[in-house]
Amino acid sequence: MVDVTDKTMARRAPRKIEVSAWSQLKSNRTWLGYWFMLPALAILALFLAYPLGLGVWLSFTDTKIGRGGGWIGLENYEWLQGDSTFWLSVLNTLLYTIVASVIKFAAGLYLALLLDKHIPFKALVRAAVLIPFIVPTVLSAIAFWWIYDSQFSILSWSLKKMGLITANIDFLGDPWNARWSTIFANIWRGVPFVAITLLAGLQTVSPSLYEAATLDGATPWQRFRHITYPLLTPIIAVVMTFSVLFTFTDFQLIWAMTRGGPVNATHLMATLSYQRGIIAGQLGEGAAIATAMIPFLLGAIMISWFGLQRRKWQQGSDND
Amino acid sequence: MHDFTRRTFVKGTAAAAMLSTSALFDWAKAWAQSSPWKPEAGAKLNLMRWRRFVEAEDAAFMKMVAAFKAATGVEISVVSESYDDIQPKASVVANTGQGLDMVWGLYSLPHLFPAKCLDVTDVADYLGKKYGGWAQSGELYGKSGNKWICIPIATTGGLMNYRVSSMQKAGFKEFPKDTAGFLELVKALKKNNTPAGFALGHASGDANTWLHWALWSHGGNLVDKNDKVIINSPETAKSLEFVKALYENFIPGTASWNDSSNNKIFVSGDLHLTSNGISVYVTAQKENKAVAEDMNHAYMPIGPVGKPTELHLAFPILTFNFTKAPNACKAFTAFMLEAENFNPWVESAQGYLSHFLNAYDKNPVWTSDPKRTPYRDVSKRTLTPAGLGTLGEKAASAIADFIVVDMFANYATGREDIKGAMAAAERQAKRIYR
Repeated sequence: MVDVTDKTMARRAPRKIEVSAWSQLKSNRTWLGYWFMLPALAILALFLAYPLGLGVWLSFTDTKIGRGGGWIGLENYEWLQGDSTFWLSVLNTLLYTIVASVIKFAAGLYLALLLDKHIPFKALVRAAVLIPFIVPTVLSAIAFWWIYDSQFSILSWSLKKMGLITANIDFLGDPWNARWSTIFANIWRGVPFVAITLLAGLQTVSPSLYEAATLDGATPWQRFRHITYPLLTPIIAVVMTFSVLFTFTDFQLIWAMTRGGPVNATHLMATLSYQRGIIAGQLGEGAAIATAMIPFLLGAIMISWFGLQRRKWQQGSDND
Repeated sequence: MHDFTRRTFVKGTAAAAMLSTSALFDWAKAWAQSSPWKPEAGAKLNLMRWRRFVEAEDAAFMKMVAAFKAATGVEISVVSESYDDIQPKASVVANTGQGLDMVWGLYSLPHLFPAKCLDVTDVADYLGKKYGGWAQSGELYGKSGNKWICIPIATTGGLMNYRVSSMQKAGFKEFPKDTAGFLELVKALKKNNTPAGFALGHASGDANTWLHWALWSHGGNLVDKNDKVIINSPETAKSLEFVKALYENFIPGTASWNDSSNNKIFVSGDLHLTSNGISVYVTAQKENKAVAEDMNHAYMPIGPVGKPTELHLAFPILTFNFTKAPNACKAFTAFMLEAENFNPWVESAQGYLSHFLNAYDKNPVWTSDPKRTPYRDVSKRTLTPAGLGTLGEKAASAIADFIVVDMFANYATGREDIKGAMAAAERQAKRIYR
C-alpha cells in the first residue's frame, strides 16, 4: 500500500509541476493575451520606441553625421535657448499649426455639411473633393511653388491683366507673404481629409433625430447645434488631433517650396531640425530640435483628448 | 610607377576628340595593359556621384564606365544623388565602412572624414606630371597634410552672366572689373527696368558662391588661418553694406531664390545680370536664342582687397580605404582624367566642368565659343569654402548650414541690423569651430 501510494504521489508530483509552470503559461488566459500582444509589442518597440529613444538620446550628445559623439548633457538645449532662429521656427510652427488647423476645421466642416445634402453627381463630387489629399505632397508643393513664383506667378499675371495690381506680388520673397502663402497651401491640402472624415461622421447621425427636431419646430441652426455638433464631437476630436499632428510636423510642403526661407521666415521645427541635423551634419542639435517638438505634440493630444472627448460614449457614465 | 608609355597631351587631344566607341574601347584596352594600377580580379565597384545637370555629360560619363569595364573587366555600378543628399549618404558609408567604394561629391566632402579616404598621392602625381601640373586650388582640395585624399576632377564656375545690350544701355562698354563699378551697373540696370538679381535664399551653389565672394572681396572672413572665428569685423560690415545696396536694386523675390530660380528668369529674358554656372547659357541656346546671343560672361569683380576672391563649386572624387579593390578604384580615377576620356567628356559638358589639370586649358571647348572662355579659368581662380582656414569638417559644416548666406540675407532684407546679423553668424560659427 505504502509503495503504491508513494508511486502514485511520485507520478503525480512532476505532473503538478508541469501544469503550474510552462503549461500554465501556455494555457492561462491572462498569459495568452500577452503572447498575442508580443508581435505588436515587438513592432512598436522596434519601429517607434527605439527610434524615439535614440532621437532623445542623440539630443544629449554632440554626434555628427558620420561619426559618433559624446554625452554633453543639456548643452544642445542650452544653445537652442539663445538661438533666435530656433525660437523663430517655434513661433512659425505654432502660427502655421493654429491658423491652418482652425481654417481647415471650419472649411472642412462646411464642406462636409454641403456634401451631406442631396446634390447631383454626389459620388463624383465627393471623390473630386479628395483630389488635393491624394496628389503627392511634393507635386502639389511644386505646383504651388510655380503659382507663387516671383516672376511667373499665374496669380500675379491674372491680377495684372485685370488691372488690379501693377507689379508682381512677391509671394515667397517677403517674410509675411511667404508665411501666409505656405499656410494657404497647407490648408488646400488638408481640407479634404477633414471634410471627408466629418462627412463619414455625419452619415452615422440617425435621420429620425432630425425629423423629431423638425417636428418640434427646431431651426436649422438649432438642429446643427443640438444634434449634429454633439454627435459629431468624437469624430471631430479624432480628426482634429490628426490634423494638428500632421500640420505641426509638416515638412515636405515647406521644404519643396521655400526650404525655410526667406531669411528663415518659414522654417518650421521639422525643417530646421533637418537643416541642422542632416544638411549641416550636426545630428545632436537636429535631434534636440526634433525632441523639442514632443512637448508641443503631447500638449495638442491632451487638449483634444480631455477637451473634446469627455463624452458618454467614451466614459460610459453621465460625465458630460 | 610612371614607366608606361606616355603620350603627349597634344597627341592625346587630337586622338580623343573623335574617338568612336570601338576606338575608345581599343584605346582603353591598351591603356589598361600599360596602366600602373592592375585592378583586383573580379572587382566590382559601387560609385555614387552627383546628379547630372547637362544630359550629354552624363552620357559621356557612362560611356567611360563602359569602356573601363571592357578594358579591365571591372564592373562599376553608378548611383546618382542630388547635391544635398551626397554628403549625408557618403558620411554614413564612411561611418559604417560599407556600401560604396567611391564617391564623386562636391566642395570639401573628403575632408569630412580624411582618415577614411584612400591615399591617392600616386594617382595625383601621375596625373600632375602627365598633364602640366595641378591648379593651386586643386592641391588645396586634394591634400590633407602631405597626402592626397581625393582627386579633384573638375569645378563648375559661378561667374557673372549678363545681357550685353542692357549693360551697354546702362552706360558700360565692358563689364566692370571692380565692386564699385559693379554696384553702379546694378543701380543703372534697375533704373532702366532691366534688373539684376542674385540668390539670397538657401541655394547651395548660387547663394554660397556669390556671397562668399562679396564677403572676401571686402576683406571679411568667417575664420582666420588658425580657424578662429573673425566674422564680426569692420570688413564684414562693409561687405554687408555692399550687399544691401545691391539687394535694394535687385528684381523682387531674390530672398526666396533657390539654385534654379535665376536660371529660368534669365532665360525668359526678365533678368539681365546674375551669377551662375554656364547652364543658363547652355539652356538659352536651346530655348531662347535671342537671350543666348545677347549674353556674355565675366569674372567676379575685384573688391577693396585688390585680388580675385571667387568661390566655385569643386567636384572631388574619393575612394574609401575599406574598399576591397583599391587598385581598381585608382585605375578608374586615373582613367577618367586621361586626355582620351577627359577631353570629350568636358566638351559634352559644354563648359559646365572646368579642369584642375593645367594642360586641359588647350581643350577647344574653351575657345571655340569665346563666351565660354572665362569658365576655363575657374579652377585657377577659386578659393576653397574654408577661406583662410583649414579645409575640413568644420568648414564643410559652416557652408552647409548657410551661415554666411543667412548673415547677408538677414541684414539685406532688414530682419536684423548690421551688428545683430554679424553677432548671429558669429555665435553659430563659434559653435561649429569650437
